[in-house]
Amino acid sequence: MTIRADSETILQVRDLHASVEGEPILKGLNLEIKAGEIHAIMGRNGSGKSTFSKVLAGHPDYEVTGGEIAYYGENITELEPEARALAGIFLAFQYPLEIPGVSNLDFLRVAYNSRRQHLGFEELDAFGFEDLVEEKLGVVQMDARFLGRSVNEGFSGGEKKRNEILQMALLEPKLAILDETDSGLDIDALKIVASGVKQLATPENATVMITHYQRLLNYIEPDYVHVMHAGRIVKSGGKELALELESRGYEFLDSEVVAEVGA
Amino acid sequence: MTVKTSSEPLLAVTDADRPQVDYLKALLRYAEEQRSHVRSEVTGWLQELRQRSAYHAAQQRLPSRRDEDWRFTDLSALLALELQPARAMPLDLGAIAPWILPESQGCRLVVVNGRVDMLLSDLSALPAGVQVGSLADLPLELNSAAIEYVAARVGDREVFAALNAAGFPDIATIWAEPDAQIETPIHLLCLTAPTVPSFNQPRALIVAERGASLTVVEQFTGAVVACPDADTPHPYLLNSVTDCVVQENARLRHIRYQREAGNALHVGRTGVSQARASTYSGYALSLGAQLSRHNWEVEQGGEQTESQLYGLTAIRGSQTADTHSTMRLAYPYGDVDQLHKCIVDERAHAVFNGKVLVPQAAQMTNAAQLNRNLLLSDKARVNTKPELQITADNVKCTHGATVSQIEADELFYLQSRGIAADQARNLLLDAFAAEILEQVPIASLRGQLTQCIACRTDVQTAPTT
Repeated sequence: MTIRADSETILQVRDLHASVEGEPILKGLNLEIKAGEIHAIMGRNGSGKSTFSKVLAGHPDYEVTGGEIAYYGENITELEPEARALAGIFLAFQYPLEIPGVSNLDFLRVAYNSRRQHLGFEELDAFGFEDLVEEKLGVVQMDARFLGRSVNEGFSGGEKKRNEILQMALLEPKLAILDETDSGLDIDALKIVASGVKQLATPENATVMITHYQRLLNYIEPDYVHVMHAGRIVKSGGKELALELESRGYEFLDSEVVAEVGA
Repeated sequence: MTVKTSSEPLLAVTDADRPQVDYLKALLRYAEEQRSHVRSEVTGWLQELRQRSAYHAAQQRLPSRRDEDWRFTDLSALLALELQPARAMPLDLGAIAPWILPESQGCRLVVVNGRVDMLLSDLSALPAGVQVGSLADLPLELNSAAIEYVAARVGDREVFAALNAAGFPDIATIWAEPDAQIETPIHLLCLTAPTVPSFNQPRALIVAERGASLTVVEQFTGAVVACPDADTPHPYLLNSVTDCVVQENARLRHIRYQREAGNALHVGRTGVSQARASTYSGYALSLGAQLSRHNWEVEQGGEQTESQLYGLTAIRGSQTADTHSTMRLAYPYGDVDQLHKCIVDERAHAVFNGKVLVPQAAQMTNAAQLNRNLLLSDKARVNTKPELQITADNVKCTHGATVSQIEADELFYLQSRGIAADQARNLLLDAFAAEILEQVPIASLRGQLTQCIACRTDVQTAPTT
C-alpha cells in the first residue's frame, strides 16, 4: 500500500486514558491513522491492546477518563457503539460471541441494512441480500451452510474468525480493528483470514491489527508497527520492528521504559 | 377406563382457613347456579359427577401459600373480589374479529362465558371426520362415550377441578373419528365478557380417536378492545378444565394460548390421557391475566407413547404466571420432551414446577425436561423446580433449569455491528422465544406472538446500556 502524505486522517487518538471498573488501563495513548494504512499494534498480555480496541468500539464497561478519540476529526468518545459502527468503525472480536436462536443470515442482514439506512440507501430485501452475501462468502471461502445456523453457535475458532471477516466484507468499514484475529487459527485458516483482510484493504480505509505474533504480519504486511506497554504506545516503527520484536522479545521494553522514566 | 383414586391429598381445613373455606363455598354456589345439561338421555353420569365433585369441593378450601403446590402463587387477591356467576352474553362478530385465525377458516368454535355460542362460531368448512360443538348437540353415541373421558380423570378431586366439574355450564367438544386426518386446525376460542365481576367455568373435551390426527388451538381471552393485554370492564376468575384424549396411534397437536384480560385471574387444567403409541404435542403459551395458573397433567397409558410439552410464558408489570406440569409414565418405551421458557419483565413473577414420574414399569423411558428463564429486570422473579421421580432403572432422563439475563456482551456484539440497542435487545429476546414459537404449527399465531413479545418489552423497558 502506498502511503501518501496527503491521505485523509481517519483516526487521531490523543493522550487517551481509560479504565475498567475504576482501574486505569490506558494511560496516555497517542496514535494517528490515515487512509490507506495498515497498522499493527503489538505488546505483551495486559499491555492494554484489547482494551484499546474495545474503547475504540465503545464497549460500555470501558470508561474514557481523559484525552480524545477523533474519527474524521470528530470526538467520538461519547458515541454509542452502534453509532460508531454506522460511522464505519468495525471491531473483529478476539472471541466472537455465540448467539443461539439468532440466525447468522438474519443477523448479517439486520446489520447490513442498518448501515445502508444510515448511508441513506433503501434496505435490501431478503433475496437481494442473499445474493450479496453469497458473493461475499468467497472473500473468506466460507460455506453457505453457516448462514443458516445461529450466529457463531457451534462454530470452530477458525469459522468464527471467518464469520467476523465476512461481516467486515459486508459492512465495508472505514476503520477495521482486528483484535487478535490470528489467535487460535491453524495455518490454513490463518492464510484464508489474512487473504480476506488483504482483499478488503483499500486506499480509502485503514486496518489496525492487534496481535501477539509476527506470524500474521507475514501475510499482511503492515506499514507501521506499534508496541504497547503499560497502557501507552512506547515505540513505533516500520514492519522491521515486528521482526525485531520476534527475535528480541519484549524484555527490552522494561529497560528502555525505565530509562525513559528516569530521564 | 375406571375411576382412579387420586393420590393428591385434599386440602385440610383448620379454623384459620375460614376466609378460604367461605370463599370456596360461594364459588361452589355460583358453579351450581350455572349448571345446565348435556343430552337428557345420558345425564345420569353428569349428575353423578356433579354431586361427587361438589362433595369433594365442599370438603376443601381455596389453597393458600401454606400449601406446597401454591407456595409461590398467592391467591389472596381473589378473596377481595366479589364475584357473580358468569351469565350468557350475546356478542357481535366484531368482538372476536381480532382473534380470528386465517388458518382455521370455517373451523371455529366460540365459547362465551362458558357457553358454546353458535352465532359466533363458524363451522362452515369443517372437514369430514371431526365433530365440533356443544357436547349436548353432538350425536348420542358421543355423549355416551364422553362419560369415561369427562367423569374419570386422575386428580379430579383437586379443588379447582372439582369446582369446575360441580357446575360447568357446557362442554365444548372437538372429536376426531378413527383414522380421520384433520389438516385444518380447529380454533376453540374461549372468551370471557364480564358484565359484572364474574366467575366463569368453561369446560372442553378434545378427542382424537384411534389413528386420527388433529390440531386444536385453544385460546383463552377477555372481550377487550385494542390491546389484548387491556382490562375488561370488570375483573373475572376463569376456572377451566380441558380433557384431551389421544387414543391408540393418534396424534394431537394442542396449542393452548392463554391471553386473558389484564385484570383476570386464570386457573386452568389440561388433562391429557394418551393411549399406546399415540403422540401428544402441547404448546402452552401464557401471556395474559394478572395471575394465572396452568395445571398440565399428562398421562401415558401404553407403550411407545410420545409426549411433547412446550411452554412459553411472557409476562411483565405485576403479573404472576404459574405452570405446574405433571408427566406420568407407566409403560416401557415412553418418550417425553419438555421445554418450558419464561420471559419475565418488570416486577412480574413466573413459577415453574415440572414433575416427571417414571415408575418401575416405565423401563426404556427417554425423558428430557428443561426450564429456561430470562429475567429482564432487577425486580423480575422466577421460582423453578424441575422434579424427576424415577424408580425404573433402565431409563434415560435429564432435567435442568437456567435463569439468565440478557448478556451485556451479546448486546455489545450486536451494537458493534451497527444494530441499535433496543433492536439488538429485541433480536436476543426473539431468539429466546423463537425456540418455542418456531415449534407452534400455526404461522399467524407465531407472527402475532413474536410481535407482541417485542412490542411489550420494547415500550416498557429502557435498554440497560
